[in-house]
Amino acid sequence: MHDKTLTELAAGLRAGDFSSEELTRACLERIAEHDGTLNSFITVDEEHALAQARAADARLRQGEAGPLTGIPVAQKDIFCTDGVLTTCASRMLENFIAPYSATVVEKFDAAGAVMIGKTNMDEFAMGSSNETSYYGPVRNPWNPETVPGGSSGGSAAAVAARLVPAATGTDTGGSIRQPAALCGVTGLKPTYGRVSRWGMIAFASSLDQGGPIARSAEDAALLLGVMAGFDERDSTSIDRPVPDYTATLNDDIRGLKIGLPKEYFGEGLEAGVAQAVEAALDEYRRLGAEIVEISLPNTHLAVPAYYVVAPAECSSNLSRFDGVRFGHRCEEPEDLEDLYKRSRGEGFGAEVKRRIMIGTYALSAGYYDAYYLKAQKVRRLIRDDFLRAFEQVDVIMGPTTPAPAFRLGEKTDDPITMYLSDIYTIAVNLAGLPGMSIPAGFVNGLPVGLQLIGNHFDEARLLNVAHRYQQVTDHHLQGPAPYV
Amino acid sequence: MSLDKHEVERIAHLARLAIDPGAVPEYARNLSNILDLVDQLGSADTAGVEPLAHPLEARQRLREDVVTETDQRERFQAIAPQVEDGLYLVPRVIE
Repeated sequence: MHDKTLTELAAGLRAGDFSSEELTRACLERIAEHDGTLNSFITVDEEHALAQARAADARLRQGEAGPLTGIPVAQKDIFCTDGVLTTCASRMLENFIAPYSATVVEKFDAAGAVMIGKTNMDEFAMGSSNETSYYGPVRNPWNPETVPGGSSGGSAAAVAARLVPAATGTDTGGSIRQPAALCGVTGLKPTYGRVSRWGMIAFASSLDQGGPIARSAEDAALLLGVMAGFDERDSTSIDRPVPDYTATLNDDIRGLKIGLPKEYFGEGLEAGVAQAVEAALDEYRRLGAEIVEISLPNTHLAVPAYYVVAPAECSSNLSRFDGVRFGHRCEEPEDLEDLYKRSRGEGFGAEVKRRIMIGTYALSAGYYDAYYLKAQKVRRLIRDDFLRAFEQVDVIMGPTTPAPAFRLGEKTDDPITMYLSDIYTIAVNLAGLPGMSIPAGFVNGLPVGLQLIGNHFDEARLLNVAHRYQQVTDHHLQGPAPYV
Repeated sequence: MSLDKHEVERIAHLARLAIDPGAVPEYARNLSNILDLVDQLGSADTAGVEPLAHPLEARQRLREDVVTETDQRERFQAIAPQVEDGLYLVPRVIE
């Protein structure tokens, strides 16, 4: 049962081949069997999952089921889940039982999905390897000596290892696409404002966006259909109808214009990754697409701009963790300042502290114009590069990451090297665009991701373009040997 | 851009973060490296460019000025480190 995709499982549930309770128990058994090695979950809530599964079975019997009714889905531990531990992989929230659910979680609940547990991640979503988690690193199911990517590393690893058919992620600078690439699964970061951020613990509010991680574009289309939509409670949610993402999956892509940014194929890109991407482009040529070289001339400024904007917003957002209302509090504070400083000093790990300090510095008196304002201006240049490109092409493609999964510990001593592993994904967040990563082959047994970037609100087209590729290739069907 | 030990301590204070004194040199080195990366922004010509705060340049929505929140004090205080009589407790601020 574990090797079936979400779409196949949904059909099986409807046909009565198995119940949601049986499916949920099968997932729980796989987690018990394999997650000791992978560490992809922080919390598994068996009781909660089985209760939801039984409710879903009743709905299925009554013929009131939607496409996700009865399907086990893992939530990244950044989404608040009412009554369930929500840690954001931080000591700061080690004891935080969320008093409400995120809109995304409510939407899955309403669709009848089964919340099987909460996945491991980089602390407060700050990291590219899942090594900053207070709960320890996640291992990549393709090779346990390598990282799964981050920050949604637990979600990507759990889907790749077939512990669960789908999971949620969040993406601030690549945190859905990069782990999807490194684990060989399909991940989609929607347009900024498409999926509600309410109840999703904030890192950098102008960049954060939730999205699905699954085994195929078809599965991702079903998931996005549930996750997307206007939310009164998120002040940056966009009020725009949600299309049926599955309706256009099979649209013909003859004549599609694909832009290749020459800046994404330069120095630093590993040869094996470049070859896999080239092979994918050949596949698209055979499907009738036209490939055009384009330029995004401000690409080299994306990582520097991001490391002002994201830390600045992070330092502001994370000021809420003060040891007073919830979360970690230090022992025997001498005075209020000591309470703040030690609670935060003990509660946050080193990477989170670094980013809070960079942001605090960039926003401090005398530096605001030189850093934050300058970065916001560069942000416009980066976005405008994309908007100009989309006057010529329908989608943009390139590698998701410069290299396949790196080894655990390889980059932990050097934050800059770690930051540069997101070099192809970060600009998409600054521009607010939708982006996907789909499996496009292997280098030395490790998966390679092809990145697809669309214009604002063009998720349906990305899913269509990804699906057509997955109809003629089988990279997305490959699984890591010990788990298939 | 290079930060010295005192600057790191000042930033940590502004951010209300207790930093282990032994870790300050490493923070100084890492934060200086990050600022060096960020300094590449200086090479961009941004004369006449407006800052972009929202990628779609959406405006903040306004809603009717009515009460939408219900009283959930007990629920929220159930997860607080220390409360008494419906109030959050912190060390004495005024002697």
